[in-house]
Amino acid sequence: MTLVEPDIAARVLEGALVRGGDLAELYAESRRGFSLSLDDGRVERPQSGRERGACIRVVKGESTYYGYVDGVDESDLLRVAQSVAQALRGDERRPAGLSAATAAESHPVRTRPEEVEAARKADLLRTCDERARAAGAEVSQVRIGYGESRRLVEVYNSGGRAASDDRTRVRLSAQVVARRDGRVETGTETRGGHAGWELLESDPDEVAVSAARKALALLDAVDAPTGRLPVVVGNGFGGVLLHEAVGHGLEADAVQKRASVYAGRLGEQVAPELVTAYDDGRREGDWGSDGIDDEGTPTRRTTVIEEGRLSSYLYDLLRARRDGVDSTGNGRRESFRHPPMPRMTNTFFAPGEATPEELISEVERGLYAVSFGGGQVEPATGEFVFGVSEGYLIEGGRVTAPVRGATLVGNGLEALRAIDGVAGDLEIATGYCGKAGQSVPAGVGQPHVRIRELTVGGTAA
Amino acid sequence: MRAARTSAADAPAAAGVGRGVVNLAAPSRRAVEAALAAGASDAEAWVEESTSRRVRVYDGRVESLSDAGGRGVGVRAFVGARAGYAYGTDLSDRGVSEVAAAAREAAEVADEDEHAGLPGEFGAAAVDGFASGEFGAWSTERKVELTLAVERAARARKGVTQVESAVYSDAEGTVAIANSRGFAADYSSTQAWAYASAFAGEGAELMTGLGVGLGRDPAALDAERIGGEAAERAVALVGARQPRSGRCPVLLDAFVAASFVGFVAGMLSADAVQRGRSLFAGREGDEVADPALAVADDGIDPEGPASAPFDGEGSPTRRTPLLGDGRLLTFLFDVRTARKAGRATTGNARRGSYRSPPSVATTNVIVEPGTEDLEGLARLAGDGLYVTDVAGLHSGVNPVSGTLSVGASGRLIENGELAAPVRELTIASDLVSMLGAVQAVGAEARWVPFGGSVKAPPLLVGEMSVSGS
Repeated sequence: MTLVEPDIAARVLEGALVRGGDLAELYAESRRGFSLSLDDGRVERPQSGRERGACIRVVKGESTYYGYVDGVDESDLLRVAQSVAQALRGDERRPAGLSAATAAESHPVRTRPEEVEAARKADLLRTCDERARAAGAEVSQVRIGYGESRRLVEVYNSGGRAASDDRTRVRLSAQVVARRDGRVETGTETRGGHAGWELLESDPDEVAVSAARKALALLDAVDAPTGRLPVVVGNGFGGVLLHEAVGHGLEADAVQKRASVYAGRLGEQVAPELVTAYDDGRREGDWGSDGIDDEGTPTRRTTVIEEGRLSSYLYDLLRARRDGVDSTGNGRRESFRHPPMPRMTNTFFAPGEATPEELISEVERGLYAVSFGGGQVEPATGEFVFGVSEGYLIEGGRVTAPVRGATLVGNGLEALRAIDGVAGDLEIATGYCGKAGQSVPAGVGQPHVRIRELTVGGTAA
Repeated sequence: MRAARTSAADAPAAAGVGRGVVNLAAPSRRAVEAALAAGASDAEAWVEESTSRRVRVYDGRVESLSDAGGRGVGVRAFVGARAGYAYGTDLSDRGVSEVAAAAREAAEVADEDEHAGLPGEFGAAAVDGFASGEFGAWSTERKVELTLAVERAARARKGVTQVESAVYSDAEGTVAIANSRGFAADYSSTQAWAYASAFAGEGAELMTGLGVGLGRDPAALDAERIGGEAAERAVALVGARQPRSGRCPVLLDAFVAASFVGFVAGMLSADAVQRGRSLFAGREGDEVADPALAVADDGIDPEGPASAPFDGEGSPTRRTPLLGDGRLLTFLFDVRTARKAGRATTGNARRGSYRSPPSVATTNVIVEPGTEDLEGLARLAGDGLYVTDVAGLHSGVNPVSGTLSVGASGRLIENGELAAPVRELTIASDLVSMLGAVQAVGAEARWVPFGGSVKAPPLLVGEMSVSGS
């Protein structure tokens, strides 16, 4: 299916360049989605949506001019092109000729989610609800969410690029609340991928059971300790620490504005040799994967830290041009309503040699941070804050009581340097990453990693 | 009650890439008809059209400039006690009919909900002034000039090493609603924002500061003040160290106070309460805060960015006091939660856009100002902490239990005066203790666009746990 024919795209790019520009781009998108939730034992909020729209962008020197519109009719597109061009003050440029968009190698989708009956999706939610409630009498609230989306993306630019991508994602999430006397605790779990319904065909109720187990465990939680402690960070969603505290600082827009602690440090040893990290938008079926990025560059694996040395930043076309390098395929955007910028895809630490048990057994007193409720980082300084949503004390080399209310506060560079153990159990989890008002699906992940010392802000005196 | 305006035809023509203002009443009525024709027992349509501009400058030049148009329709269809939702961007007869049919089809998947349905009474509040007549008079060039002036103002301050970004953004839009009970209304609004992010210091000592301003049109934005605020916030933190751990009075500046109060008000949603997700469940009428703290939800404040004559399901908006005399006065209701509780809606059914169905949320949260200026509050604090930034509020607060632990930066308060800057600390408490420990409320309230739309002054909290070194 074609959204915009190449001859129309060519006319639009011509229109966008009538007053000059180094690069003109047309990004067209058709997206459809369906979501459903279950709350309080009731299937509710069935929602379906269909959107079509386009974004036209002209880059001239260091400036970007863009406009977007709902709809992909030629008249809409030409009007946006004209409006964008009006902001420029140069001589007309001619775009290169365009061929039909080349479809990106897509990720396998065995069962198209939109072809699965909605009633089956509702049944899946009901099964999850039952299983979560069966996990313990103290489970008091269960909320299950299901979402699917399909995005057809076409990118044409004045350099002759013509590429398309067909992206399907599904995601199942569970949030379970457990109560005992006055205590109320919440556990969450998700499963998602760049994949079809098949992702949810095997044991989808595990998602609900896992969320319930976390909530139940937290009922026995003690107040979190306070102070500087060794921290073992769990695999999978524990990788949000890398994502926030390091990954954002490697995005080339922050680097070029020197708004990143990693600016000017390529080649520097920023972590011990046992640390290697990747951003990989190709990993088959993973949540942050695509065939091409949102500027039409094929996605790929970029080694950002190689045996402790900072080896690459993450680029979109604009920032790559500025640094005289190739885009790393990280030019992503939330939708046609947003301009692309450097964003992570799936970012993770490479697996090491240790086992999680070994990492924990060497800690006399510390924190085992399994999962985070979210986090925030200031890329300019590398300072971060993370709320630990599932955490345990480590005492005498063993995981003991669950803790609540723990916060990790620190600095990305310091945390990287303090890594002293990496396990082999790499796992990628699903997240939504927000930056400059845009939210994109991002895979976060890692094996178990130990940080020698971090500031833990707790509630215990 | 009257409709805010029965037709959008008299609105000024929108410039830029939008299609210009079309009559939104027609597609909204067609969508309702199409849903009924597809078998819905009741239906409601919400149609939006908007145009917006955004200017980002860096280093004295335009970094990006955008011109955008958006339009779409969202349809809520009821089949008896089942509700479904669908949305789309195609406002043609065919497009609108497809969306209506999809909403009708979606409804079949839902379980029955005896409280679901359209409002029994609908209407629009007799309020106006959400759109500035001056808005259209601003050319793109003047908006660029304004943004550059924000950046210059930040850069001019001593100690600023860089202005990471200065951004201007605005939106002009019209919203129309129609339902199968015969209600139809629409209104227009304009909004302009600007912010700057400044850096002071370098390397490991680099600190950042944010300045913001908002109003109905660009003339309401004071470039000098926005840029100056970003600069001052950054410069004030240079040389910050980790403070000692302990318990002490904590003075929250207006930004931080707004974040907390916005968070608390969000937990007063009757939906969160009824679903057992609010620590305030069952506490209506109880003493939950110090009497010094008075908070209202106000959907009709002419200055409020979230103000509108009707809410997301066509109920008139209003002002609802939430905390007063130390008591929790009411929760916030939409029609469904009100029916379930045997109450009346407070006009708090809100929509993010046509892409989402209405759900209970705050409009503008307003904290009644007190009498003390910042110096007075610091004197009252004696020895404590002045917090100008918190990070990780949404991950650091458990909305069900209310325990909180968030990262913070700011300054020490020593002998009643602001002293050395501090960072890399966490403040911890629980929300109910915190509300009860509010000692004094500042006199100078301001609009803050974080944590929803909140107008708050600084707040002095008697005691919180501070964790540093």
